[in-house]
Amino acid sequence: MGAATRDAFGEAILDVGADERVIVLTGDLRDSTRTEDFAEKHPDRFFDCGIAESNMIGIASGLALSGKVPWACSFSCFVSGRFEQVRLSVAYQEANVRIVGTHVGIGVGEDGYSQMALEDVAALRALPNITIVQPADAAETKAAVGALLEHEGPAFLRLTRQGVEDVTAEDGFEIGRIRQLRDGRDVAILATGATVGEAQKAAGRLAESAIEARVLDVHTLKPLDEEAVLRAAGECAALVTVEDHSVNGGLGSAVAEALATNDGAAPLRIIGMTTFGESGTPGELYEKYGLAAEPLAQSIHQFLQTLD
Amino acid sequence: MAAMGERDDLIQRLTGIARELRIADIEMISEAGSGHPGGTLSAADMIAALFFHRLNLRPEQPDWPERDRFILSKGHCIPIVYAAMAKRGFFDDGMLKTLRKLGSPLQGHPDRNRLPGIEASTGSLGQGLSVAVGMALAGKLDGASWRVFCMLGDGEVQAGQVWEAAMFAPRHGLDNLTAILDHNQVQQTGKVADILDIAPIADKWRAFGWRVVDIDGHDMGQIVDAIDEADGVTGQPAMIVSRTTKGKGVSWMELDPAWHGKAPDAEQTERALSELRGER
Repeated sequence: MGAATRDAFGEAILDVGADERVIVLTGDLRDSTRTEDFAEKHPDRFFDCGIAESNMIGIASGLALSGKVPWACSFSCFVSGRFEQVRLSVAYQEANVRIVGTHVGIGVGEDGYSQMALEDVAALRALPNITIVQPADAAETKAAVGALLEHEGPAFLRLTRQGVEDVTAEDGFEIGRIRQLRDGRDVAILATGATVGEAQKAAGRLAESAIEARVLDVHTLKPLDEEAVLRAAGECAALVTVEDHSVNGGLGSAVAEALATNDGAAPLRIIGMTTFGESGTPGELYEKYGLAAEPLAQSIHQFLQTLD
Repeated sequence: MAAMGERDDLIQRLTGIARELRIADIEMISEAGSGHPGGTLSAADMIAALFFHRLNLRPEQPDWPERDRFILSKGHCIPIVYAAMAKRGFFDDGMLKTLRKLGSPLQGHPDRNRLPGIEASTGSLGQGLSVAVGMALAGKLDGASWRVFCMLGDGEVQAGQVWEAAMFAPRHGLDNLTAILDHNQVQQTGKVADILDIAPIADKWRAFGWRVVDIDGHDMGQIVDAIDEADGVTGQPAMIVSRTTKGKGVSWMELDPAWHGKAPDAEQTERALSELRGER
């Protein structure tokens, strides 16, 4: 198992911190969001806003409108939960704010549902101009942070608490371009964040049954790389999406919208959360809710059998 | 200290401008057929003093880096600011007639991406002060000489986010920030004191670490002095509690919640304008 993407973020923000425009904000979570090292190195550009995330989002907006590049960091449910502030003070202003949400999905584990963002992508994806990036692993996180430093406009970066499989290389990352990790024509598995590693392993299992899966790392959830989705729909027998997020409004919805509005036709299964989360280890929860490689491979296998 | 004659002239000039702004405001809202006259009229005197005595702006270069920043957090009252911006030359007077109409830069609530000179898009109450605090923080980081001004409504300070910002600004010594509370006593559906009382409001801001200047917000001399006093505060942000009357200047609108969010009809507009012009 590789590092958590929040760990990689902590290193990456230190790297881009050489840029004087970079400001880091957090709400009493410098440890959990891995921004302690930045705070130590750049105390003049680090602000702990306390447990007052609405104000943190607004301050980030004011900083951005004054030429800074602020990164507002907290658990994703606490920042995306300040939807009204993100909506008006960030998105509508077209403020150059980076909202960094860590502790996403059931991968949070033992803390249980109240700390698990399962609806954050759905909420923020409705805003017209927010770029949403969810890297698959540490290398991709570093590439994403570098790209977001120079990106124009509001952005949301979604990061894991738990360690994830290392599946990508730091090069080859481009905001808005799906990364293909494995090719196959029997099914395309579109995954994002922690589920990319699970999808890769599931593809290995499926290959043992002579099912060749294409694995697509959808690190940018908005704007979605519709071209790659439509290509997969045309070249593969079926599509499966898998995300540690609600099945309503996240990756699966985005793919379904892309197919429906572009006359793309392919059988589609959307795998993700349909209930609230609960306490347990991340591994146990991924097994129980079908996001781990083994149950994922089984679901895909069964799905493909229904198509025969 | 300016000579007495100069000061009298200033106050007389600003009072006259405030009257002009109120007239333009009522004409504009009447033409639009919707809007929020009560809270624009209460803010008129302070807006006149800010835009024609204090704010260092370049209307021909709205994004001039050295400008002072003004954020109207009570965004529904933006018509009185539009009137001031037009008079200062940000745009042509004729545009005021397009308020709230399709395609107009003069949106019902301020939109910084449609109208150059608007610093922040507001209208979801409770958010503007945080944005102002972020700007003041940026100003401090850059060692800038410009100042940030932010006007809030009294119903607005019922919102918890305002107090989050109120805690943050003194903690970081933001003495380049002047907040103004347009304390006009009435919110959309009744008296602030009845709906969710904010008193003792000056004590609350003091307790949060702000220098409070508590004034009659319709006394132009007190307004000018309060703005000057706030400029001189060091080590902490300043809050001007501007005690005003909602609907000020149109007697039958004053303190009546009915005039929070409705435009006068043609007959009411004439009556309001003649009262504002001093014709009765």
